[in-house]
Amino acid sequence: MTIKEIATLVNGEIVGAPADDLYEVKKAFASDLMSDVLRFSMDETVLITGLCNNQTMRTSEMADLRVVVIGRDKQPDEDMLELAEDSGITIIKCKYSIFKISGILYGAGIAPLY
Amino acid sequence: MHYTFNIERGNFTDAGQASSSVKRTLKQLGVDPANIKRTVVALFEAEINAVAHAYGGTIDVDIDGEKIVMVVADEGPGIPNLDLAMQEGWSTASAKVREMGYGAGMGLPNIKKNTDDLKIDTQVGVGTTVTMTVYLT
Repeated sequence: MTIKEIATLVNGEIVGAPADDLYEVKKAFASDLMSDVLRFSMDETVLITGLCNNQTMRTSEMADLRVVVIGRDKQPDEDMLELAEDSGITIIKCKYSIFKISGILYGAGIAPLY
Repeated sequence: MHYTFNIERGNFTDAGQASSSVKRTLKQLGVDPANIKRTVVALFEAEINAVAHAYGGTIDVDIDGEKIVMVVADEGPGIPNLDLAMQEGWSTASAKVREMGYGAGMGLPNIKKNTDDLKIDTQVGVGTTVTMTVYLT
């Protein structure tokens, strides 16, 4: 699934780095704990989180994530958007809860990380 | 090559800058992506630990063709029980640190998992020095 297809499914808005149409997302991991994000390989994975701060982007950068869905209608600030652009991370802003986002993507065929 | 960075107590706005800088350098040097990943995850965890728990410190990174050696040295409370701190899920993080998405008790276990050699010298009331080595070959 492409990043734009994910954005459409969760009725989200793309900000940060532009969506790479060639990047294919196959798995998802939902967490507000960044050390848990760093425990696993995040290849072809979208992170779903309600944590909306600089450390969300720093952690995503270290984990080699390319796309992060920020749920619960949280608003990334300018610093966060700049970090996302510098690191090539696309943010999908979304008004839905983490549970709803996860359910939609699971129902559309995105697999759990484990 | 040698790089030095400063760590500022409680500064979560800039926390991770050193790890980010090292990641970019390793990419430019053409280091294998898997080795970059484990290097920066270990360094990032150590950097966050120092920002979260210590009163300040330094990061020294040495890169040669065979290995990457990272030393994160802080002045701080030290670790009273290192065996407990190495256990997954054990944490003394403050509410502020948890709000930033950390404090899951995975920092030191993640560092151990991602490095080939890990040495922790700690003294209660003085500080902690974490020396991490990743071999490239």
